[in-house]
Amino acid sequence: MSQPKTKKETEDLLELYRQMLLIRRFEEASAKAYSMGKIGGFCHLYIGQEAVGVGAISALEEKDYIVSTYRDHGHALARGLEPKSLMAELYGKKTGIVSGNGGSMHFFDKKKHFMGGHGIVGGHISLAAGIAYASKYREDGAVTLCFFGEGAANIGSFHEGMNLAAIWKLPLVMICENNHYAMGTPEYRALSVKDVSVRAAAYDIARDHIEGDEVRKVREHVKVAVERARRGEGPTLMEISTYRFRGHSMSDPAKYRTKEELEKYKQGDPLIKAEKDLVSAGWAQEELAKMDEIILKTVEESVDFAEKSEEPPLGWLYKHVYAENV
Amino acid sequence: MAVLTYREALNRAMTEEMEKDPNIFLMGEEVGHYEGAYKVSQGMLAKFGEKRVIDTPISENGFAGVGIGAAMVGLRPIIEFMTWNFSLVAIDQIINSAAKMNYMSAGQFPIPIVFRGAGGAGGRLAAQHSQSFESWYAHIPGLKVLAPYTPSDAYGLLKTSIRDNNPTIFIESEVLYGSKGEVPEGEFLIPMGKSDIKREGTQLTIVSWSRALMYVLPAAEKLAKEGISVEVLDLRSIRPLDEEGILASVRKTNKVLIVEEGWNVAGFGAQVAYLIQKEAFDYLDAPIERITQEDVPMPYAANLEKSSLPSEEKIIKKVREMIK
Ligand SMILES: Cc1ncc(C[n+]2csc(CCOP(=O)(O)OP(=O)(O)O)c2C)c(N)n1
Repeated sequence: MSQPKTKKETEDLLELYRQMLLIRRFEEASAKAYSMGKIGGFCHLYIGQEAVGVGAISALEEKDYIVSTYRDHGHALARGLEPKSLMAELYGKKTGIVSGNGGSMHFFDKKKHFMGGHGIVGGHISLAAGIAYASKYREDGAVTLCFFGEGAANIGSFHEGMNLAAIWKLPLVMICENNHYAMGTPEYRALSVKDVSVRAAAYDIARDHIEGDEVRKVREHVKVAVERARRGEGPTLMEISTYRFRGHSMSDPAKYRTKEELEKYKQGDPLIKAEKDLVSAGWAQEELAKMDEIILKTVEESVDFAEKSEEPPLGWLYKHVYAENV
Repeated sequence: MAVLTYREALNRAMTEEMEKDPNIFLMGEEVGHYEGAYKVSQGMLAKFGEKRVIDTPISENGFAGVGIGAAMVGLRPIIEFMTWNFSLVAIDQIINSAAKMNYMSAGQFPIPIVFRGAGGAGGRLAAQHSQSFESWYAHIPGLKVLAPYTPSDAYGLLKTSIRDNNPTIFIESEVLYGSKGEVPEGEFLIPMGKSDIKREGTQLTIVSWSRALMYVLPAAEKLAKEGISVEVLDLRSIRPLDEEGILASVRKTNKVLIVEEGWNVAGFGAQVAYLIQKEAFDYLDAPIERITQEDVPMPYAANLEKSSLPSEEKIIKKVREMIK
């Protein structure tokens, strides 16, 4: 994609850059907190994949839905969930987005139509189909966006969800964020295809495949799929190629890949790309640095907020096991 | 009072609820055009149309997930499993999504869904089509588990389940669909967590539910003729459990036999026995006994199938021993 030309285009990219940078800094802070033992459980970072989440989610309207995986920090921030309540959730505090019931893998925000981080690989795909199903049932005009990894494209739930979405022409956009590894398993050892989106043919639905290093390009492509879904023309299966710079989770040193490979992909860091484009469009480096400072401050505040927040009261242990019948 | 079959009672409950609430839909294999593998949804497609009575491909995991997703945004799906045997490929969705969504989201996403269908042992259907999963689902916090025996209970409990804001596992019995019973006219609901004394007695309590009552009730009848007075408690609701109802009966009779169609090891009866020894130990005049399906997959041969299940004879023999 070419550099931004007009002022409007530049400001647009600046906003997308800001969102990506927020994710990067938030995740760096969570990695630090994790290493200090402040965050428990699994913690899957999104660093390197920012352009996918930010680009895709910026193609949506407020009424649209997002369904995510256990790697949900980036998607949640891109959707505008509060860094404070997300960090507090990582800390397991009362003030967390789901008051300490979910942790890293289970962010939910009903108001923002953020329909969860889900921990079973691919299990959320049919849930996404169900949310899209409800939109069709109610004719509310909303589209559901579902993120998953290439590892998930091998599980039954993926295939069943795709088939159901296809036969019912659901307003669903399926985005496979192919970061080339499912935990320690490289794609070529697990996938029968080189490009997950070709599986769309098996369900006779639309497909797309792009590199995920340019945020505006991602948005443009996702928009096409979202509009198609909104017109009632059914689901799209997209593969967006990307890379995670860290291990699968914080506990994974990622020894299964070479330094050279990592370095190669770091050349395509979506943040650096966006930064370059902004600078060549005339944006001053200092202003970007200033933006970074503000973001770092926001993130620091969120850590501070999480640190200072209370743990949930023990009396909440049984809260929400069952919903009230009103 | 109208006499309805078990399947007609279920049909009436769903139909009445769907007439009232447009958010409710029925989804499953063969529920529409075929009118249900066991004809529970007879006439419903004609009445509600394809939008609300939806045939699915064979993809239990997929359509269970679709139902849960739809429930996340406020619809109230009834998902029919042709039989509960096939729910096993959907068990990930039931346990990992439906049961936990409200908790994981701190109350933001209740899942008002009913999973229902035929369960239990059938007529010589052999190992993969004849099994009871009440204990499996009862193990999971976040689920409610119901297993009605009579048409009237089936009607009243299904309506309650449909209106409940939680995922409900509604296990019908394959062999009961044609059974008949009186169902009061007009609408009524049966609360969850309330057992029902299907027969009053003084000397021993049999705790049971669903199809096992087919053996328990005639056994109690015969025992009465011998002068042994057995109280028969139908749990109806496995989770929540009517602890008070069970304990009240035990305090009255002082002896308990638990009869279930499922397996013995980690079966739900063990939980009931634990409850009784913990809360009513001083009232017990004999060890708590259990009769269950034998510890084997279901055999096909008629004689072996019969011998593996609870039976009138087994119950009568056990009660006589316990009364001695
Ligand atoms: C059904 C299931 N099997 C295994 C796991 C353990 N697990 C968690 S993430 C993961 C790798 C998934 O890779 P992919 O779908 O490519 O997503 P990515 O982590 O690369 O974003 C595995 C094996 C799980 N959570 N669920």
